Amino acid sequence: MTSNVSSPVRRPRRTGLGARTDWWALAMIAPALIGLAALYLWPFVSTFVKSFMNVPVFGPGRFNGVDNYAKLLTDPEFWQALGNTALYTVLVLVGIPLAIVFAALIQQVSRGKAVYRVLFFLPVVTLPVAVGMVWRFILNGDFGILNYVLSLVGIPGEYWVADARFTIYAFAVVGIWMGLGVNLIILGAGLQSIPTELYEASSLDGANRVQQFFSITLPLLSPSIFFVTILTTISAFQMFDLVFVMLGSVNNTALPDSKTIVYLFYDAAFVQFKQGFAATIAIVLLVIIMIVTAIQFRLQKRWVTYD
Amino acid sequence: MHKRWLVTAAAVATAGLLAACSTPSAEPASDEPVTITYGIWAGTQTPAMQAIADAFEEENPTITVELQELPWPQYWSGLQTGAAGGTAPDVFWMLAQNVRPYAVGGQLLDLTDAVSEAGVDLADYPQAVLDLYDQGDGKLYGLPKDFDTNAVWFNKAIFDAAGVDYPADDWTWEDFRATAKALTNAEAGVWGVAAPLDYQGGYYNTIFQAGGQVISDDGTTAAIDSPEAIEGIKFWTDLQADGSSPTLQQLSDTEAETQFEQGKVAMYMSGAYWALKLYDNAEIRANVDVAPLPVGEKRATVTSGIENVAYAGTKHPAEAAKFVMFASGADAAQIQAESGAVLPAFEGTSQIWMDAMPEFTNLHVFVDALEYAVPLPVQGNAAEWQGLQADYLTAAWNGQASAADAAKAYAEAITKVLAQD
Repeated sequence: MTSNVSSPVRRPRRTGLGARTDWWALAMIAPALIGLAALYLWPFVSTFVKSFMNVPVFGPGRFNGVDNYAKLLTDPEFWQALGNTALYTVLVLVGIPLAIVFAALIQQVSRGKAVYRVLFFLPVVTLPVAVGMVWRFILNGDFGILNYVLSLVGIPGEYWVADARFTIYAFAVVGIWMGLGVNLIILGAGLQSIPTELYEASSLDGANRVQQFFSITLPLLSPSIFFVTILTTISAFQMFDLVFVMLGSVNNTALPDSKTIVYLFYDAAFVQFKQGFAATIAIVLLVIIMIVTAIQFRLQKRWVTYD
Repeated sequence: MHKRWLVTAAAVATAGLLAACSTPSAEPASDEPVTITYGIWAGTQTPAMQAIADAFEEENPTITVELQELPWPQYWSGLQTGAAGGTAPDVFWMLAQNVRPYAVGGQLLDLTDAVSEAGVDLADYPQAVLDLYDQGDGKLYGLPKDFDTNAVWFNKAIFDAAGVDYPADDWTWEDFRATAKALTNAEAGVWGVAAPLDYQGGYYNTIFQAGGQVISDDGTTAAIDSPEAIEGIKFWTDLQADGSSPTLQQLSDTEAETQFEQGKVAMYMSGAYWALKLYDNAEIRANVDVAPLPVGEKRATVTSGIENVAYAGTKHPAEAAKFVMFASGADAAQIQAESGAVLPAFEGTSQIWMDAMPEFTNLHVFVDALEYAVPLPVQGNAAEWQGLQADYLTAAWNGQASAADAAKAYAEAITKVLAQD
C-alpha cells in the first residue's frame, strides 16, 4: 500500500502545480483508500483464495482445487439452508409494504413525528442478542405470551421456536420488526421530498386519498422503495444471529432443519474448524447475492420512476 | 521535505515490525508492572474468578490480572479468532472437548517446565481430568480448575405429593424408569424426569453403565452403535416412549434445568455445576435433593473439568504460567469452593464446597462418584461430532426411529469426523 501512495512522489516532477495536486489528491484519499484496502479488499482476496484451499484452524493451508465447491454444491444441507434463507428473505420483504403504510401514517401525524420514529427505530439500536432472547420468551410454546393470547381466542399454540415447521416464520416476524425502523426512516425521507403541490393539484381535480396514494405517492416513492428492497434483501440473505439466539442452543432439535447459509458458514468456520470450506460458503453467498441484486436492478426499470 | 517524511515513516514502520517479531523475554517480572488477561465465559463463577485474580495480585504486586468475560455463545469463536490474530487472553478457560485443535495447532503454552520447576504435584488433581487434556505428546498444556460428575437432582415435594419413595443409593435402571413413571402426572403438568438430548449429563453416562463406549479404544472409530451403547441410548428413548418426560421439542423450548426449577419435572440427571443455582433459588431450595446415578450393568459417570491454560502467543509467558498455577492451586480452589460455584479440582477442597451449601446434605454423591468416573469421550474434534447429535439422535428420542438405527447413523458420522483428524 505504501508504495502505491508514495510512488507519485518519487516520480520526476512534470510541472510544479501538476505534481502538487497529484500528491495532495492521493494524500487526501489515502486514509480512506488504505482503510478500504485493509478492511475490505484484503479480506475479500484472502477469502477468495482460501475458498480453493483446505485450511486448518491454526497454521497454513494447502490448495485443493474446486473440492470445496464440489462438496458444497452436492451437500443437501446447503440446498436446505439456501431454501430456508430464500424463504426468510421473501417473508422479510413483506415488511416493506408494511413500512410504507407506517411511513405514510406517520407523515399524516401533525405532532410528535419524531416520537413515533424513535419508537420504531428502537429495535434497530437494540442488541440483536437481547432482541432474540426476548422473542424467544414471547414465542415459548409452554409459557410464551403469544400462545397465551392465542389461547384466549381459542387457537391452540405451537412450539414456534422448537418446531422446524415454524422457525423460519418466527425468524421472519422478528426480522421484519427489527428492520422496520431503518425502512421507515428512508421511506419517510422519500415521502417528505414529494412536493405538496401535487397533492393540492390532484385534490382540485377530485382525486381521493387512495387515488393520490397510488398515483402520486407510490410512483414518486419508488426510488426509495427500490433502495429499501435492495438493502432488505441483502441483509436477509446474511441472517445468522436470529437462528443462533432464538433457538437457544445447539441442542434445539429444530436447529438441523432451520439453518441459514451464514449459519452453515459459522458452523464450518467456528465449530468444524474448516476455514477453507467456510470461505467457499462466503463466496457462494456473495455470488448468490450479486445475482439476486442484478435481477432486481434489471426489474426496477419496469416500476421505478426517477423524476 | 517529502523524502525526509518518508524515511521517518519507513523507520517507524520497520521498528514496529521488529518489535512485533522479537520474542518476548521469558524472564520473570522483575519490577516492571505487567498486565495479563484472564478469559472466561460469563456465569455464576465470575465473582470467584475476580476474587482469585485479586488474591493473585496481592501476592504479586507487579502483576495485574484483568478479567475478560465473554458470553458463552461467543466464547469459542472469540477465542479462535483471538488466537489466530494474536490477541487471545494470556490465560483462559479450556474445555476438554475443545482442547485438541488448540494444542495440536500450537496455540497453547507448554507449561511442563514451569510446573515442574514450581514443584506442582499433579497428584493433587483428578487423574481422569488430566487424562482428558493429555495429547500424548508428553507436554502439559494446563492445570485442572474444577471437575464435575453427574448425579440425579430430584424434587422432594413432587415425590411426597405422589407418595413415591426417594431414590435409594443402589437404585437400578428399572427403579429409575418405574419412579419416573410413578411421578408423572399429566393432569398436573408434572413429568417424572427430563430426558433431553444431553451427552455429558445424560446418555454418555448410561452408555458406560451398560458396559458400552462412545468411541473405540484406539480413538479412530465410533463405538456408539455397539449393542451395549444402544442399551444406554434406549434408557432415554424408553423414558420418552413412556411419556415420563417432556418431549424433546418442549425441552428445546424450555431447557431441562429450567423445567426442573419450575417444578415441572421431578428428576433431572446432570452435573454438580447446577448446585449453586439451585441453592440460590429460595423457592425450591428446601425441596431439592440429590441421589447417585442409577446402576446399570455397573456404576459409571462421565467426568470432565475446565482447565486453566495459557496462550502460546502471550507477551508474558512467565507471568501467565504463574497465574495458571495460582488459579488452579490450593488457595484459588478454596476461594472457588467457598463460593459454591463449582467443585474445585484441587485435592481435599471438596468438603469446603459442600459446606458452602449446608442445606444440601447429599452433595457428597458428586465427590463419591469420582470412584467410578470415566473421562468424557473427547477424541478428535469432539466439539464437531458432539454438535451432530441433534441431526442423528432426535428421531430416536421422538420415537420415529429405533435407538439402534439412529446410533448406527450417528456412529458413521462420528467416524467420518474422527477420520479427518
